Amino acid sequence: MSGALFDYVLGLADDALISAQRMGWWISRAPQLEEDVAMANIGLDQLGQARNLLAYAGEVEGDGRTEDCLAYLRDERDFRNVKLVERDQRDFGVAMARLLIFSAWQAELYAALARSADPTLAAVAGKAVKEVAYHLDHARHWVVRLGDGTEESHARMQAALEAEWPWMEELFDSSTVDATLIAEGVAVDPATLRDAVLTRVEAVVGEATLEVPQVAPAVGGGRRGLHTEEMGYLLAEMQHLTRSHPEAAW
Amino acid sequence: MNDWPLWEVFVRSRRGLSHVHAGSLHAPDAEMALRNARDLYTRRQEGVSIWVVRSADIEASTPDERDSFFDPAADKIYRHPTFYDVPEGVEHL
Repeated sequence: MSGALFDYVLGLADDALISAQRMGWWISRAPQLEEDVAMANIGLDQLGQARNLLAYAGEVEGDGRTEDCLAYLRDERDFRNVKLVERDQRDFGVAMARLLIFSAWQAELYAALARSADPTLAAVAGKAVKEVAYHLDHARHWVVRLGDGTEESHARMQAALEAEWPWMEELFDSSTVDATLIAEGVAVDPATLRDAVLTRVEAVVGEATLEVPQVAPAVGGGRRGLHTEEMGYLLAEMQHLTRSHPEAAW
Repeated sequence: MNDWPLWEVFVRSRRGLSHVHAGSLHAPDAEMALRNARDLYTRRQEGVSIWVVRSADIEASTPDERDSFFDPAADKIYRHPTFYDVPEGVEHL
C-alpha cells in the first residue's frame, strides 16, 4: 500500500519536476524578455508542486530520503514522469502546445485530487489548482495567437500540436495507478480525466483555427521508468551540480 | 518582435491605495501586456490590481515646461495646509 502510494506521488512529482526543468531552458531564449519571465514563473510554480510532492513521497517511503535525494540522486530508470514532459522543446510552438496539454491535464487532475482521501495530496492539489489555471491561460493565449496568426505561425503551431498530441495518451493510462488507491479515493483514476482534458484542449485548438491531430498514440512507459533518449541528457544537466559536489551549500 | 509597443504598468498594492507606476514592458496588445505585467511586476505579491496603458497614449509634461508649470506654485505657501494645529492623537488626517 505505501509502495503504491509512493509510486503514485512520485509520478506526479516527477511530471512537475521534469516539466519545470524544461521550462527553465527557455530563460534567455524566449521570444521576449517578458516571456522569459513568464516561462520561468510557470517553471517555478511546477517546481514548487514537485518539491511538496517529493517531500511527501520521501515521507511515505519512510527511508529518510529527502526531496533533494529524490530529485538529484535517482537514476533515469527510477523516474516516473510521463514522456510528454521530458522531451526536448526547442521550438516555442512545441513548448506552448505541450504546456496546453500538460496544464489542461494538471488542472483536471488537481481539481479531482483536491478531494482526495489523502489529506496531504488534497492540500498540495488545492494549492496548485490556481497556479495551473494561469499556466493553462498562458498556453491558450499563445496557441490561439499563433494558430490564428499568420500563415507561417498557423502552420508551425499545427505542426507543434501534431508533435505533442501522441504523448497525451500516457496521461490517461489507468494501468499505471494502483487500483486499490483509486478505490480508496486516494488517487485519481487517470482514465476519468480523459474527456474533460480533451474538451479543454480541443476547445483551444478550435479557437485557434487549428485541426485536432489525427495521430496514433506514442508508446508510453514513463511511469514504469522507461524514458526517451533525451531524458538522460536532461538528468545529466539537472543533477550535475549535486552529484559533483555532494552536500554543497550556498 | 522589436516592433511591439511599449506599455506602462500601474499596480495597486492593496485595496484603498491608488495605482502606482511600476515600470514598463513590451507586448503586442493590451491582453498580453496585462499578463506580462502580472509576471513581471507582481511576482512577490506586490499587487491586487493592475492597469496597463500604451506609453504612446500618455501625454507628458516636458522638462522645458518645468519653469512655467511648477515654479508659479513656489511662492504660494497659503496653499499648503501648514496653518492648522493638528489635534493630538489624530492619526488619519
